[in-house]
Amino acid sequence: MNLEIVSVFGAAFAVGLGSIGPALGEGRALAAAMDAIARQPEAAGTLTRTLFVGLAMIETMAIYCLVIALLLLYANPYVG
Amino acid sequence: MNEGPLSPDILFHLGPVPIARQVVTTWGVGLFLLLLGMLAFGPAGARYPRLRAAVELLVEFERAQLRAVLQEDADRYLPFLGSLFLFLLCSNLLGIIPGLAPPTAHPETPAALALLVFLLVHIEGLRVRGILGHLQEYLRPNILLLPIHIVSELSRTFALAVRLFGNIASHELVIGVLLSIAGLLVPVPFLLLSILIGLVQAYIFTILATVFLAAAIGRAAEGEAPEEGT
Repeated sequence: MNLEIVSVFGAAFAVGLGSIGPALGEGRALAAAMDAIARQPEAAGTLTRTLFVGLAMIETMAIYCLVIALLLLYANPYVG
Repeated sequence: MNEGPLSPDILFHLGPVPIARQVVTTWGVGLFLLLLGMLAFGPAGARYPRLRAAVELLVEFERAQLRAVLQEDADRYLPFLGSLFLFLLCSNLLGIIPGLAPPTAHPETPAALALLVFLLVHIEGLRVRGILGHLQEYLRPNILLLPIHIVSELSRTFALAVRLFGNIASHELVIGVLLSIAGLLVPVPFLLLSILIGLVQAYIFTILATVFLAAAIGRAAEGEAPEEGT
């Protein structure tokens, strides 16, 4: 297997495996926010803002994996 | 292979400085916003009452969002953070105009904006709290945590840029892939989704900058979002 094929596999695995954790985390956060809004609809504004910021934080993990994949595919330092 | 979002798209050279397509696009966005502001609030403003009302609505929304985090300091930072939001909004939504690409889909523009936010946070922290007060924050609760504070400071700025770039660039890629495998109408719902993503990312970038700033000047509202991004 040469380095380019390994890079493609690496990119696929980085995105595939790297999105599992953030997906589970975002699901939990969203479920908790839904629960809170259902109990206390008047706090929906604050909850939504905090939820968006929190989701952005969680999503950063998946985005890191994506950036690694993009680096492997488009700017791989080891493939000439 | 070399058409990826990480390789700059050089249009022409200005002396020794290469000018990329994103730079020209950001000039265009800046000019558009300048024109919008001049039309709505300049000497000719009275002739466009609807435009003025629309822009005022937008600015009032921004002010309300900033006030929820920064409280009475909001008006001081509204010019910078509000312009940041409008700029990001226009840049992110450029992808739905045929022939234009969002400048935020390349790493350079988000990196420059994150650097601006980094500078703003520290300059304002130094101005409001003084040099000692600002540096004390990094020794809390113990001097042993200083390296962690420094790493978190750098990584959250990096994350701010990478988050914006990753979201916009990945969506451009998704639309590109969809276009290449399924022709006409399939990408349309994804283009709609890209509007939502552009809006949310512009909002998140601005609100995170606001939260960092609020933490630096010591006005973090209680129960506010976590200030340490990773």
